[in-house]
Amino acid sequence: MSMASESMPANSPPAPQSSAHPFAWSVRRELWEHRSIYIAPLVVAGLVLFGFLVRVIHLQQTMKMLGMLKPQELHLALAMPFGISAVAIGITGLIVAFFYCLGALYNERRDRSILFWKSLPVSNTTVVLSKAAIPFLVLPAALFVTITATQLIMLALGSAALAATHMDATILWSSWPLFKMSLVLIYGLVAMTLWYAPIYGWVLLVSSWARSKAILWAVLPPLGLCLAERIALDSSYLWSLLDYRLNGYLHEAFYFPPHPHGHEIGDPLALLALTPEKFLVAPGLWLGLVFGVGCLAGAVWLRRSREAI
Amino acid sequence: MACIEAHGLRKSFGSTKALDGVDLKVEGGRILGLIGPNGAGKSTLLNAVLGLIPYDGDLKVLGQDPWQARDRLMRDVCFIADVAVLPRWMRVWQALDYVAGVHPRFDRTKAEGFLARTQIKKKSKVRELSKGMVTQLHLALIMAIDAKLLVLDEPTLGLDLLFRKQFYDTLLNDYFDHSRTIVVTTHQVEEIQQILTDMMFINRGRIVLNCSMEDFEARYTELTVRPENAATARTLKPIGERQVLGRSVMLFDGAEREKLAALGDTRTPSIADLFVAVMTDKTGQTQGVVP
Repeated sequence: MSMASESMPANSPPAPQSSAHPFAWSVRRELWEHRSIYIAPLVVAGLVLFGFLVRVIHLQQTMKMLGMLKPQELHLALAMPFGISAVAIGITGLIVAFFYCLGALYNERRDRSILFWKSLPVSNTTVVLSKAAIPFLVLPAALFVTITATQLIMLALGSAALAATHMDATILWSSWPLFKMSLVLIYGLVAMTLWYAPIYGWVLLVSSWARSKAILWAVLPPLGLCLAERIALDSSYLWSLLDYRLNGYLHEAFYFPPHPHGHEIGDPLALLALTPEKFLVAPGLWLGLVFGVGCLAGAVWLRRSREAI
Repeated sequence: MACIEAHGLRKSFGSTKALDGVDLKVEGGRILGLIGPNGAGKSTLLNAVLGLIPYDGDLKVLGQDPWQARDRLMRDVCFIADVAVLPRWMRVWQALDYVAGVHPRFDRTKAEGFLARTQIKKKSKVRELSKGMVTQLHLALIMAIDAKLLVLDEPTLGLDLLFRKQFYDTLLNDYFDHSRTIVVTTHQVEEIQQILTDMMFINRGRIVLNCSMEDFEARYTELTVRPENAATARTLKPIGERQVLGRSVMLFDGAEREKLAALGDTRTPSIADLFVAVMTDKTGQTQGVVP
């Protein structure tokens, strides 16, 4: 599925202008159409910052409360807003990715614009891959930038407030070591994207196939199968499979020590250990990726023959 | 190499035969009008040519199999399939950017030149444009592509007369030259009669008539018969007869014009009248409706 072979078949004469970049322009096209890809995370980041600002303004009160904590709890309390910002923006990204995938290959058939897209020399593979690039590449990158920038602003705001009240600002930077945590963030985002690949793939497949109500086709069949299994066999194997896919990523990619060691006070990583060695050998990861790639191949095949609805 | 060449082209949707063995050859540099009643198979034929649907039989467009190589073929083929398929969320400048970005044969300066003649603003979204303006925009994009084949499927449906006239004038004056081929379907046959070089009637998935406009003019004669000559004229076996203001107007296939001129006024028929004559059987019912 290489782009080069798509855009430059060996047997056709060279184009008069060789500046056509169907893949890059198709991705840009997606960003034009779906501005929520970057706006939604930014809005949530704005809300997080607003909440943080309110907290900082009431610094006296906050510090009074923080002052009563033990050092370990203090670090945790200081790190908490940063963790929350990452989780909130990350979950927003997941929701955006889900709804993006749902409409990606459905809307163009619904508004008949597929007839325009298909009148251009862009292959179905390029189109589907450019749409898949949004949840697989663009969104994780956007989330990384948004989260890191948000946390940087939070650190700056917090430091300024602490400095204004003649307190030691370094405690904040040691509670949330930004550089180290952004590496953790990259790991987390990459692991999350790979883990959810089969979900993105499935929703894109449904999006290329459904003639109406794509959301129901995406959600109900898996739930229906779980229910059928429950009724027919009185087992919940499928349900646990689904549950594992939705929540298993945290357990495979990270380890949450139940009792953080005392000497690691001040390091949020004491609460959150990375386990790439466990993640990379999890059969669930690789089976999921195979399923996701299969779904994308199916979506390419369907886009070729599906007509406007 | 013919621009479009088909042998035994078939396509069924369930039990409906949309294309029932179509043979056709369209040479380069022609403007072909594809004419037929609703459901005759026009759009199916064009969709097959454009690589939008699979089919049975043999079909080559510019030497390529459209179903196998749609994306490659679309460098040399443009189409306006139906009106209003431009994405409504898109802005005019985005459409220009995108087509320029993906199409190696798109001349942006040319497209902007065409747009400059219209009221269309680059910042407008497609949904803010009138139907006529959307068509103008689409046409500006298409005409700036140096393509060998342009396919138009009802390109002016729902447009007012001024836009329709302007559409074909622009196409003919600013786009068509004898290295390009245009295939067009429309129900407003009379509006394109003057620009066609060839015409093809299609009905129930089959080609009913296929001829060049020169042949059409040489072959068919319309006679407005003087009442006293009506019986004589009927013995010459007209393929169609209708009443206009109390006088019989008959359509002849291959009759000598001099002979007919003695019976009344002769002229070249309109494609629309020939269409009605060919599609209507002797009982006066249209074949397209009767199963």
